[in-house]
Amino acid sequence: MSIRLERIAKHFGNTQALEPINLDIQEGELVGLLGPSGSGKTTLLRIIAGLESADRSPTPGKIIFGDRDVTNVHVRDRRIGFVFQHYALFRHMSVYDNVAFGLTVMAKKHRPSSGEIRARVFRLLEMVQLQHLANRLPAQLSGGQQQRVSLARALAVKPDVLLLDEPFGALDAKVRQDLRRWLRRLHEELNFTSVFVTHDQEEALELSDRVVVMSNGRIEQIDTPDKLYRSPKNRFVFEFLGDVNHLEGRVQNGVLTCGDAHLNVELPDGDEELLLRPHEVRLTEQPSAESHLPVTITAISPVGAEVRVELEADWLAKPWLATVRHADFERLEMRRGQRLFAHPRQWHRFKDTSPQPSEQTHVA
Amino acid sequence: MRRIGDAPSVRRLLIGAALLLSALFLLLPLVAIFAQAFSQGMAVFWANVSNTFTLHAIGLTLIIALLTIPICLVFGVALAWLVTRFSFPGRRILQTLIDIPFAVSPVVAGLIYLLLYGRNGWIGGWLDTHDIQLMFAWPGILMVTIFVTCPFVARELIPLMQAQGSREEEAAVTLGASGWTIFRRITLPNIRWALLYGIILTNARAVGEFGAVSVVSGAIRGRTNTLPLHLEQLYQDYNAVGAFASASLLALIALLTLAAKAGLEWRASRREALL
Repeated sequence: MSIRLERIAKHFGNTQALEPINLDIQEGELVGLLGPSGSGKTTLLRIIAGLESADRSPTPGKIIFGDRDVTNVHVRDRRIGFVFQHYALFRHMSVYDNVAFGLTVMAKKHRPSSGEIRARVFRLLEMVQLQHLANRLPAQLSGGQQQRVSLARALAVKPDVLLLDEPFGALDAKVRQDLRRWLRRLHEELNFTSVFVTHDQEEALELSDRVVVMSNGRIEQIDTPDKLYRSPKNRFVFEFLGDVNHLEGRVQNGVLTCGDAHLNVELPDGDEELLLRPHEVRLTEQPSAESHLPVTITAISPVGAEVRVELEADWLAKPWLATVRHADFERLEMRRGQRLFAHPRQWHRFKDTSPQPSEQTHVA
Repeated sequence: MRRIGDAPSVRRLLIGAALLLSALFLLLPLVAIFAQAFSQGMAVFWANVSNTFTLHAIGLTLIIALLTIPICLVFGVALAWLVTRFSFPGRRILQTLIDIPFAVSPVVAGLIYLLLYGRNGWIGGWLDTHDIQLMFAWPGILMVTIFVTCPFVARELIPLMQAQGSREEEAAVTLGASGWTIFRRITLPNIRWALLYGIILTNARAVGEFGAVSVVSGAIRGRTNTLPLHLEQLYQDYNAVGAFASASLLALIALLTLAAKAGLEWRASRREALL
């Protein structure tokens, strides 16, 4: 079922948690709400669920599921499934009773027979691979198992939309990876519309069909993960979607200078800030005609496909991060304390003042 | 491994002191009550207990307790629900107000009620013209008993409900449960031990309350005398055996209450061990 939000805003007292937001989510889509804490993503999700109400003034917003206006429909009747960050399982009930809860509280005329409830609960438990734990209490399960129970519980009532609030936030990295893959598969199998909240960019990019990037109660950009990463609309999105190195300085006659570092750029005179991803930094033993950026290696992490190197220098306010191929790492015999020269492969520049998307990428 | 203060001599000294003080201040008086009550034999004890006035005092005390408990229960649950599940202006003040009965001396509470509801009181005057008498009658005793005991249930529930949060209730409502279903199937099971504990404390206090009740009851034998008041009267009349017979009944109720509380704690700890 598709979800449509029109002019949804929210104030808590005098603070504005959400600026008026419009959002369209297609049927069967898996959409991630991504943003730092305090960006309003959880508030938005809770408003979609009906656990929180949107502002009624100055103009009331609208929430539409399919062709059903649910703005004033109570959460109990919205036909949603909600998965909480800390599972919120009923602690005094067995796994079976937890999953069956939504079915047993239905009005008598809609409620399935007890045999049917039993069959449906076991089908769900099988789907989340927990049928052997049906009689356990939640406290006797691991975090990952509890989250699977809470997902089965939400799906038991066949919701129109599934909403997940930081579903994997409280789990360790390995379990998170497994559950993510598993949710993706489940989503493809059952094809429900889902919205999930996360502050983890990797999770959002890996899992979502489209990602909604939020900050300060505003939507910054809505795009597919690929587009989002390759063409961020503004500086916030660029910075939030990965590690960023900053180079601030003053441009004069086509040279950006910052302390004893300088770089040739084709920019008009004035103060500039250039941004670089870690993989856009190349390291050599010598400066070049275009750039003179002396740095010192302060930390090395050789784990993974590439070596991550931390760089510091007098002219840098914050250390840089560079990723280097293992071959280059060995060729340059990198070690802590070593002095090298950085060269930007390419850099990005955003003009914060202009309302238009204003990314400028320069390939060196 | 030896910890600080774990030397055998220190340990023996501390344990010895704790046992001695407990025996002196807690156990000995309790034994003395029963010893005094039975000092002139079972027959005299029985004669004192089955005395009309004593029986009436027992009855009145139990009725007051039985009426107080459900009222405090509903009040406590509603109040705890209110302050832990909703945020509204004045919530903090309300949470402080709950403690007033603990902070105020029961005698003062009794006097305030007398001042308000007595024949010359603000509300009492109006009540009097309508021929309703609250003070020096059982309704007055009930009112002050409720005043003195009303914080117990709420005080037990509030920290627990605060710690548990409202996530489970939110989960239940997203699954389509109605308010009453949520209360019955989610909230109540989660707070039942704290609730029972609150009831036990309420009961103990309701049965034993002396100060506030003595001000508003008038202590009319066979009419408005509760067990603690009756006990005091007997003692003033130099009927030591009678006084101690009543005291032994009160002590018995206290012991039963303590046993119930210990039983609940034992069950709760066993439940936790299972998890």
